[in-house]
Amino acid sequence: MKSTLTKRSPLEKRQMRAALWFLAPALLLLLVFFFLPVVAGLLLGLTDFDIYAIGSPGNARFVGLENYARLLTNDVFWRSLGNTLFFVALGGPLSVAVSLGAAMLVDAKLTRLRPLFRTIYFAPVVTTLVSVAIIWRYLYHPRYGLLNHVLGLVGVGPIDWLGDPHWAMPAIVLLAVWKNFGYNMLIFVAGLQAVPAELYEAAAIDGAGGWQRFRHITLPGLAPTFLFVGVTTMIGYFQVFAEPYVMTQGGPLGSTRSVVLFMYEEGFRWWRIGTASATAVVLLLITLAGALLQFRLQKERT
Amino acid sequence: MRRPGASSLLLHAALVTTSLISLTPLGWMAAAAFMQPGEANALPPHLLPHDPTLQNFVALFTRLDMARAFLNSAVITVLATVLSVFVNAMAGYAFAKLPFPGRDRLFKRLASALVVPAQVGMLPLFLLLRELGLVNTYAGVLVPYMASIFGIFLVRQYALGVSDDLLDAARVDGAGEFRIFAVIVLPVIRPILATLAAFTFLSAWNDFMWPLIVLSDGHMATLPVALASLVGEHVQDTELMMAGSMLTILPALVVFLIFQRFFVRGITAGSVKG
Repeated sequence: MKSTLTKRSPLEKRQMRAALWFLAPALLLLLVFFFLPVVAGLLLGLTDFDIYAIGSPGNARFVGLENYARLLTNDVFWRSLGNTLFFVALGGPLSVAVSLGAAMLVDAKLTRLRPLFRTIYFAPVVTTLVSVAIIWRYLYHPRYGLLNHVLGLVGVGPIDWLGDPHWAMPAIVLLAVWKNFGYNMLIFVAGLQAVPAELYEAAAIDGAGGWQRFRHITLPGLAPTFLFVGVTTMIGYFQVFAEPYVMTQGGPLGSTRSVVLFMYEEGFRWWRIGTASATAVVLLLITLAGALLQFRLQKERT
Repeated sequence: MRRPGASSLLLHAALVTTSLISLTPLGWMAAAAFMQPGEANALPPHLLPHDPTLQNFVALFTRLDMARAFLNSAVITVLATVLSVFVNAMAGYAFAKLPFPGRDRLFKRLASALVVPAQVGMLPLFLLLRELGLVNTYAGVLVPYMASIFGIFLVRQYALGVSDDLLDAARVDGAGEFRIFAVIVLPVIRPILATLAAFTFLSAWNDFMWPLIVLSDGHMATLPVALASLVGEHVQDTELMMAGSMLTILPALVVFLIFQRFFVRGITAGSVKG
């Protein structure tokens, strides 16, 4: 890059002026409607901004870390964090495993009608989350739901999927895996196709079986893909909101209230903006930790 | 070793089973949407309507203001798509092809903000829009959809491949930078703009949390928001709710089927950003 001290040619000046005009709309929009609110969120988390402050913001006071201290002693917050961690810890690995399985099915050498199966598996990804949450609410109905009917055929007793605090979160995990696995499947298919075919041929000549080829060629070859898919899936799952909002409203007994649902209720139901902002910052910190982990692991590999 | 015929059979059995799992919830929705009231709760369950009816859709449009919600969703989604393609195409091209001091550093900074969850800014953004009088307006809900870091990223990666010779030749011919962009660059980067359009369309159409927050007035609600409030009052009306779900899902599915190949490109491009 040229030093700013050297004289710029007219062409360079013209391009800089053009760049300013080309970038201005996007950067202004991002600044005012994204970066500014994010910074404001960090600050609001340090105030007692509430319903009285909405009318006249002068009513809000700086309270330091009080919101955070209160969150630490708030059982509902801890429960929400625990529920979310459960959702991430169960749903993340399950999603990744199902995606990999589907990718290997679709990518197998013998598979016919590959594009058709790929499209079918991807279809749930593009569907509206609210709609499928409603559909699954009926599929999960203890008496009339299709799922219990099918389970009943093989002798599994009726499960009160969304009414039983032990089953409600696993039920939401199941819906999330069903809806999302097609997305990561596409990424895994791209990853599988990048594994050199010669490796498989050499292994076949050496007499390696299917499992050995999977264990020693496919899995190591997919390592970067695993890292990307795993971390982005978990970051995304930390933001789970619409599923519990539509299916259970956080119940039964608070067993499906997620961090974002907690934030929504604090902020938009009770107008405790300070607490809600502090919750958003916790979400940000968790997400940053996840991204940092990905960055570190990636560096280690190279 | 198994015979190839047997493994192929096993493989396709697994493929078909997985397909059934993917399609059954959507298929049941489509069937129940045309069932008579109460039929979706029949035991044993009906997989197809025995006496198909359109009355659920008629009820959605006549009794329950869903036509308005459909219109809201359509207007918001189309505007979001057009504006986002326009705004992000310009910015992505500038980051790729118009040099200025500090450009690549600025882009890196911007890209690193991709990890910040949208929820962090949602409350302050709502308060800001409230001050500006934009709550319960199309403009208010559109504001965060217009510029997207992911969109800029997509366009930049693609525009990096545009030939400099082509641009320089146009400059020698005396074309201005805007003319070059409109006449030469836009046609060349059309595939990635289709990708961006498909992504924006689907995410705006399917979005829930932001419209839920900023469009609290029932008349302004988008389909997902209207549907979520409908299920509160009409949870017993399974067939009606399935018709509403179908109305919401169908446009997204159709757009996906038409733009599928552009969509796949965006997902694999996003995964190598590292």
